[in-house]
Amino acid sequence: MALTKKRTSQLGIDKADVRKARTLARQVGKPIVDLATQHTTVSVERATLRLAGLGGADPDGTPWVNRLADAVRADVELEHGVSLPVWDALLRGEGDDLLTLAQKAAAGSVTFRIPAGKDATRARAASRKAVAAGIKQIDRQRTARERMIAKVGDAPSKPWIYLIVATGDIMEDIPQAQAAAREGADVIAVIRSTGQSLLDFVPEGATREGFAGTYATQENFRLMRAALDETSRELGRYVRLTNYASGLCMPEIAALAGLERLDMMLNDSMYGILFRDINPIRTFVDQRFSRQVHARAGIIINTGEDNYLTTADAVEAAHTVTTSQLLNEYFAKEAGLEDWQLGLGHAFEIDPEVPDSFRLELAHAMLARELFPDAPLKWMPPTRHMTGDIFKGYLLDGFFNLVGAMTGQGILLVGMMTEAVVTPWISDRDLALQNVRYVMNAAGNLHEDFHPSPDGFIASRAREVLGEAITLLQDIKDDRDAAGDPPLLAAIADGTFGLMKRPADKGRGLDGVAKKAADYYNPATEILETP
Amino acid sequence: MSTGLIRPYGDTTGDGMVQLSFTLPIAHSKVAEGAAAQLANKMGMDPALVVHAKPMGEGFTFFVVYGRVNHLVDPSTVEVVERDYPLLTPKEANAAIKSSLRRRLVVVGGCIGTDAHTVGIDAILNIKGFAGEKGLEYYRELKVVNLGAQVSVPQLVEAAREEKADAVLVSQVVTQRDAHLLNTREMSAAFREAYPAAKRPLLVVGGPRFDETMAGELGVDRVFTRGTTPGEVASFIVHRLTRPTSGEKAS
Repeated sequence: MALTKKRTSQLGIDKADVRKARTLARQVGKPIVDLATQHTTVSVERATLRLAGLGGADPDGTPWVNRLADAVRADVELEHGVSLPVWDALLRGEGDDLLTLAQKAAAGSVTFRIPAGKDATRARAASRKAVAAGIKQIDRQRTARERMIAKVGDAPSKPWIYLIVATGDIMEDIPQAQAAAREGADVIAVIRSTGQSLLDFVPEGATREGFAGTYATQENFRLMRAALDETSRELGRYVRLTNYASGLCMPEIAALAGLERLDMMLNDSMYGILFRDINPIRTFVDQRFSRQVHARAGIIINTGEDNYLTTADAVEAAHTVTTSQLLNEYFAKEAGLEDWQLGLGHAFEIDPEVPDSFRLELAHAMLARELFPDAPLKWMPPTRHMTGDIFKGYLLDGFFNLVGAMTGQGILLVGMMTEAVVTPWISDRDLALQNVRYVMNAAGNLHEDFHPSPDGFIASRAREVLGEAITLLQDIKDDRDAAGDPPLLAAIADGTFGLMKRPADKGRGLDGVAKKAADYYNPATEILETP
Repeated sequence: MSTGLIRPYGDTTGDGMVQLSFTLPIAHSKVAEGAAAQLANKMGMDPALVVHAKPMGEGFTFFVVYGRVNHLVDPSTVEVVERDYPLLTPKEANAAIKSSLRRRLVVVGGCIGTDAHTVGIDAILNIKGFAGEKGLEYYRELKVVNLGAQVSVPQLVEAAREEKADAVLVSQVVTQRDAHLLNTREMSAAFREAYPAAKRPLLVVGGPRFDETMAGELGVDRVFTRGTTPGEVASFIVHRLTRPTSGEKAS
């Protein structure tokens, strides 16, 4: 595990190049952070209301946070934030609590205003007090996690074995997740229902219907965490729970994850833009807030670079993965996340027919390991070249595991030989875990002996990819568009990542973005940004 | 070559050997192995050799069974959809469109319903392509509009109208609860409703779990399944849309 404690490069990488890459990532990322701090979104405001304790939904299933935020927006726009008008209304006696106020607002019997002077000061203080209680709860959950790990024990070794459940029914997911943990999973991910990322509200309650996954709801989070706590005690190791802080409700889901003690969240800086056509500004604003929450909650984020390789060629696009990792790192650290919380993604997706494909995979994985020595990288199995030939797929997964073993990956998503055939059967999962165990047992310490020749194929390829990433970052930095957007937005509009063109003035959720007014106030941001 | 009756081949002609793996919800024991052999027997494997039995989870056992089947298969009675159009190179396809339509042929594509898996549609449409063939965006005479993932049926119809689509390509990967079939029927019904029959764009669906023979039942012009290449799709579209109209219809 302590494979690169000596920080000299095994790949012959010049430290100056690494510094240059990080500087460029900062230069590209900074204007985006500035943009994010100048805007708010409906989901950031609803997340703030959730932190203040507003939950539940009306009889039609529309969450009260949506009803309240919509009512406020109708009266006074979004640009001041919802906190001042909402707590001003509470102080004016329009409702005894948030829920009553939301119900009355939904019925149209409350008029919101932007308080001024002493009223504003009082509204500010009251909102801060309410939101601080939610953040206190997140802090308690973080402590509870640390205590539980100290008491029952942690995952016995790295990489953590990451398995997926996806039945659509939380009541089916629970026994499956517990079974997967007993079989050896250190991390359980509950795949979300396809399409949830495009819902502009978080469904409510325990859900039993989903497509290819289960809805992320606060109650589903609570039920699954409680079940895994029970299993953690039974197994004598803490089993981590993962979900997705992505899509239009990213900030709210991050808040719910913190409140219900989820341990890892998929949270990429650009995934929603590229793969879900969510507006770039909406995404960057939501992403910054959600990462601030994750930082506070002690949640490990998983980024989504593996996805680039499912649409673009894994050799040609290798440097876009590195580039995105550097940007994700910058955005994450800016939001307060620490190295141990950065599950930067990458994947084993090179066409096995390509000569030297394994050496290329190893080069790319070693590069990621060297660039981010203290991050628990997330290693994703082959999907694109899993063809239905399960025998070949099983071998490919073995080679994937071997790269994982040799490069000290922190989180290993277990590859299934029946990828692209069926949702994993019990036997698929067991065979996949046998594959992982065999490789870790047989070659887990191979990194002690394996040092690529500095002028050999692997080291040269790693340096080449880093060089291409630096060039790409330089190109992004120099990118300009007619509107004068930050260069990264212009680059995203050009189709730089994953071959998808996403202009800054298009995409889903744009109508939920507002430029902050001078008197904008958000107690959650204020608390989260206080060191 | 004549294809007479055949049976599975292990290492000797006519040995009828097959392999099978499955899980039974029973803890591993001699009885469990016997149960596995019994299942294989009932499936027509005789003799059946349980070569591997391993407990998996609590109360489950995984088996690998080898055995002989006595069934014969008759390839002459197998029904498949054979390609009924010539395979064109991109150059030939472009030339055919140019001479017959005298404008670019418009293709609108996307994944409908909640399906977020754009792998299929992207493999066919993106320049990058699939299996060494360039995607439809590479064809100079094709105008490709890729709507991406999670497109609603009304959005698709709207986009098809706006772009004056000649062909609409829909990819469906998620098959839970037959979502791919339901979505496709909804899509074809919407196009029938929105367009007079003669003006309706060519409807093509594809995905790994479709059955090629279901086009009529699903109300589409063609179903493509696993392994389809961009060239096949382009050739089909060109074949159907650039056929010289028959003399009788000319007025």
